[in-house]
Parts: sequence; C-alpha cells; structure tokens
Amino acid sequence: MSAPAPPMGLLAELTHRCPLQCPYCSNPLELERAAGELDTATWLRVLDEAAGLGVLQVHFSGGEPTARRDLPALVRRAAERQLYSNLITSGVLLDERLLADLVEAGLDHVQLSFQDVDTANAERIGGMVGAQAKKRAAAALIQQAALPLTLNFVIHRQNADHLPAMIALGAELGAERIEVAHVQYYGWGLVNRDVLLPSRDQLEAATAEVEAARVRFKGRMVIDYVTPDYYAQRPKACMGGWGRRFINVTPAGKVLPCHAAETLPGLTFPSVHDESLAAIWQSSPAFEHYRGTDWMAEPCRSCDRREIDWGGCRCQALALTGDAGNTDPACALSPHHQTMQAAIAAADHATDAGFVYRRIGASRPVEA
Amino acid sequence: MSGGDDETVPALARGVKFRFDEVRQAWVLLAPERLFVPDEQAVEILKLVDGIRSLGAIVDELTGRFKAPRDLIARDVATMLGDLADKGAVKL
Repeated sequence: MSAPAPPMGLLAELTHRCPLQCPYCSNPLELERAAGELDTATWLRVLDEAAGLGVLQVHFSGGEPTARRDLPALVRRAAERQLYSNLITSGVLLDERLLADLVEAGLDHVQLSFQDVDTANAERIGGMVGAQAKKRAAAALIQQAALPLTLNFVIHRQNADHLPAMIALGAELGAERIEVAHVQYYGWGLVNRDVLLPSRDQLEAATAEVEAARVRFKGRMVIDYVTPDYYAQRPKACMGGWGRRFINVTPAGKVLPCHAAETLPGLTFPSVHDESLAAIWQSSPAFEHYRGTDWMAEPCRSCDRREIDWGGCRCQALALTGDAGNTDPACALSPHHQTMQAAIAAADHATDAGFVYRRIGASRPVEA
Repeated sequence: MSGGDDETVPALARGVKFRFDEVRQAWVLLAPERLFVPDEQAVEILKLVDGIRSLGAIVDELTGRFKAPRDLIARDVATMLGDLADKGAVKL
C-alpha cells in the first residue's frame, strides 16, 4: 500500500480538565486526570512532528485548553512552524492577560462555545453558575483584540428552540462564523440521549432557521451546520474518513484517528512517547485498520458512496450495532438503521430525568 | 455568485492565510476551521489578492500573462473569488 496523504489537522486535546460539565461532552467517559497529562516539552515536540508530517492546522482543545498554563507557549510554537492555530474554548477562564499572551504568541482564531442564549438554561446545561457572564466578557475581549471569532452552539432538545437568538448573538458579538452543531450521540451524549435528542419538529425548525439566516447574513457571517445522524438517510464522513484528514492526540499522549476511538475494542493506540507522529500516521495498525475501503463489509463494500462517507462513524457503529466494522446505522441501507428510529421514539416519550453531567466518575453504562 | 465590479478591491478575510506548503509542494488557503487547496488557476488569482489591487487590475495582470480574452478571464476571476467570498475566505 502506498503511503497515505498527510493529515490536514491535528486535534490537540491538551487536558480533560474543564470548569463546565456539559452532558454531551465529546471527551471519553474515562477522563484523564491532570497528573496523566503530557508535559510542555512533549507537546512542543508533537507540534514540531505535526508540522513535519504536513499538518496545516492545529486545534487546541480539551477539556478546557486554557486550563493549561503553557498554552501561549504551545501557540507560539505552532505559529513558528506555520501551523494555523485554532483555540476551542468555553471562554470561562479567558482573561485580558491570557488573551493578550495568546495574541502575542500568534493565535489565528478562536472558537467560543455558548450552551444557550438564555443564561439560566445555559448554566443549567453547562453545570456552572456564572459561566454566561464570563463567556460574554471573553467574547468582548476577543472582539477588542480583533481576533477572528466563531461562536459554537451545540444544540439539542433543551435549547434548539432558541436558535434564532443564538444566531443574533453571533451577529451582535461580531463573529464571522457560527457553528450550529447538533449533539453527536457518542460517549456522554449517548448517556444523555433521551433528554437531548431533538424531535423531528425541532430539527426541521432548526434547519429552516439556518437556511434563512445563511441568506440573511450572506457575505458577512458564515453559518456551518452539523445535522444529527438520527434523522439522516446517509452517514457523515466521520472525521473525513478514518486516518485521512485528522490526527488526534489525547491529554495523555495517545494518538487516535478520532477523539472517541479509544472506545473501539481490539485496537491498540500508539503513544507519542513511543513513536513519531509520522510513523504512527503512516504505518500503525490502528490507523491502517479502518483506513480506505478494504475493511468494509456490505452494504458499504459495493456502495457507490463508499469513498464519499467512508462508511460513517466506527464508534457509532460499535455503540449501536455492537460491531465497529459494520456500516454506520445512520445509513438507511444498514440493517440496524431502525435502532435510530427507536431511539427517537424513546426520546419523544421520555420523562425528563435530568442530565448525567460530565464529571470524573459520573458515567454509568447504558444499553444502546 | 457575489461578484463585485472592476473597482472592488478583494482581500483575504480576517484570519485567512495563503501560503506554500513544502510537504505537499502546493499552495494552501487556511481559514478558521477549514482549508482549501486551490487549483493552479486559482493560485495565480490568489497570489494577486493583496488588499491593494482592484479586481480590474487583477484581470489586467492575468490578461497580460495568459493568452485568453479579457472578458473570459474576468468571468473566471469573479466566479472564483465570489465562491470564496460566499465561504467567508475572501472579502469583496
């Protein structure tokens, strides 16, 4: 097999520490503690290796990446290596001094999340009292610093009806981009699926709102929209395909094709302590396992969309069908597609049991 | 397509970088959470997008360099930059 094309993006999950406890967090159920995190020198080496491998953009994420005191030093190294740097933050720890340090270090862009526009609901979802005022203050600082800003809204049953006001907030705060992302139901999102999965009416209203707003803000604000798989007919190309576009490094230094891949059984993910990013990307068995189309079974194997969606998401296939090698059940051609309709019906009839918040030790297993 | 007339001065949007990538031996356009690998023709246009040259000046420059009618080049430039403007990477 010829060498794979280099990855476009590095997801640098600097820490799992976070003052927020969003019940759909994309971090794994088993959260890494501070003592297990990579040190600064190792992250600097990872950034060097990423640039050498051909990574173009680095997304500093978490947890809350600003919880790491060395964030400006990491951003500076990214800039020195011409890596486009993106900070994915909740904003609650961002003060004037830190932002000035990040700007000086060469930060290119900030993605700031809001859990809702309604303060009480936002703070209920995020599990942090006082968060909304801190986020607004962070947005003002980012605006003053003239940094490009994306507002991120993760939407679900408990906040989707506020989407028009969310988009208005983006315009008010001078964002050039808004990301409206329906919850993806893996990990914590799957644990909380019954209270988060939107109704079909909510989904249709949200989609119509996004389409209308795109026309309204054309040329001024871009609106990206991530739809929920549960109402889909075809799966998304998860991560743009396994081992095709993204390389993910966890707080402890495991190297993954996607942030949730550690849930997959039978794969051993290499560590930055043991091998270079290039060696891992090009030849580790874990990256080779679901790369391309050779691993596919039917209905993917003979499907003319197999190099469009790459079979969808391995983690979702595992969670809902029990086998990570199956077609993503978001696909209507999957024999397991009805599990998604059953989940929608369950959510439509669920009583609001409250959230299982993202905390160390808070997870409980669910039957999918 | 949001084109713009000859006097319009196109510029890369805030936070957008256009650079040569040594690993791929290709020009890349890096924008917030997205990137583009422009084709050869688009690269030649983007190299002239400096926030100073007008659309008309860019078209004149390309017309002088390539053996194609000016209005054809003007249409290609407007289409390419209009598309990138819709995606938020270029301001017209």
